[in-house]
Amino acid sequence: MIEALIDEAILGLMLVIAIGVLYWRNLFAAAMLTSIYSLLAAALFVVMDAVDVAFTEAAVGAGISIILTLGTLALTCGEQKPRPVFVLGPFLLVLLTGAVLIYGTLDMPDYGDALAPIHSHVAPRYLEESRGEVGPPNVVTSVLASYRGYDTLGETVVIFTAGIGVFALLGHGRRRGKVVAKEEV
Amino acid sequence: MFIAAICAILVTMVLVLIRALLGPSVWNCILAINSFGTLTVLLIAAHGFLMERPEFLDIALVYALISYIGTIAVLKFFEYGDLGPAKRAPLDEESN
Repeated sequence: MIEALIDEAILGLMLVIAIGVLYWRNLFAAAMLTSIYSLLAAALFVVMDAVDVAFTEAAVGAGISIILTLGTLALTCGEQKPRPVFVLGPFLLVLLTGAVLIYGTLDMPDYGDALAPIHSHVAPRYLEESRGEVGPPNVVTSVLASYRGYDTLGETVVIFTAGIGVFALLGHGRRRGKVVAKEEV
Repeated sequence: MFIAAICAILVTMVLVLIRALLGPSVWNCILAINSFGTLTVLLIAAHGFLMERPEFLDIALVYALISYIGTIAVLKFFEYGDLGPAKRAPLDEESN
């Protein structure tokens, strides 16, 4: 019961923060609020016992993304442009999208339902057979490295490509500019 | 006891959030958000002890480190105006 209370308190705080991000015209304050939003989401994942997801959320959402946002703010302007007058079309579109998303959750199994498809489809086999079929004592390692090996390979390729792209865009050009500046001096 | 601690932390979070949203200046917002990160770390730690799994304390420590990185980025942003190269010589740039 206390756990549900903590869940609801954290979700309520996240809702208030999301409204605050919209409310602040100063983009720096809004960026800091999004970092807090990520930290709270990570805390929610810890409360739900999804510690690995929480680690990723904290490192990416609260750690790296605030640095990237600050870097963007340093290159651009720190104040939001004056808001346009109330536009009906986008508002209706957002309402419609939200309604469709809520409609999509209606068919999902309850939180913590032991009979949910995710627990009855392949998970029992992973838990019982992975020690003999793959070997590592940690089931998550077996699933990531063997049962879903191609999936993991694809993810790694995507991340590697993204890293090369970012390096080509940022790192190389700046280094060359620095060398030229030194030669001029 | 841990339930009382968690309730106190949640109430403090609400108070800090009020200051972050209504604060007259951006600086109130920044300070409030800094405190909020600390409160999140406390919440995770207290929740770990409440659920009798205090090994999650490590996660709380990692969160503290991560919010420290964020604080360093913010300070660098205000000191230099950007997050540029790590090695810089401000005096040389000014004399040029």
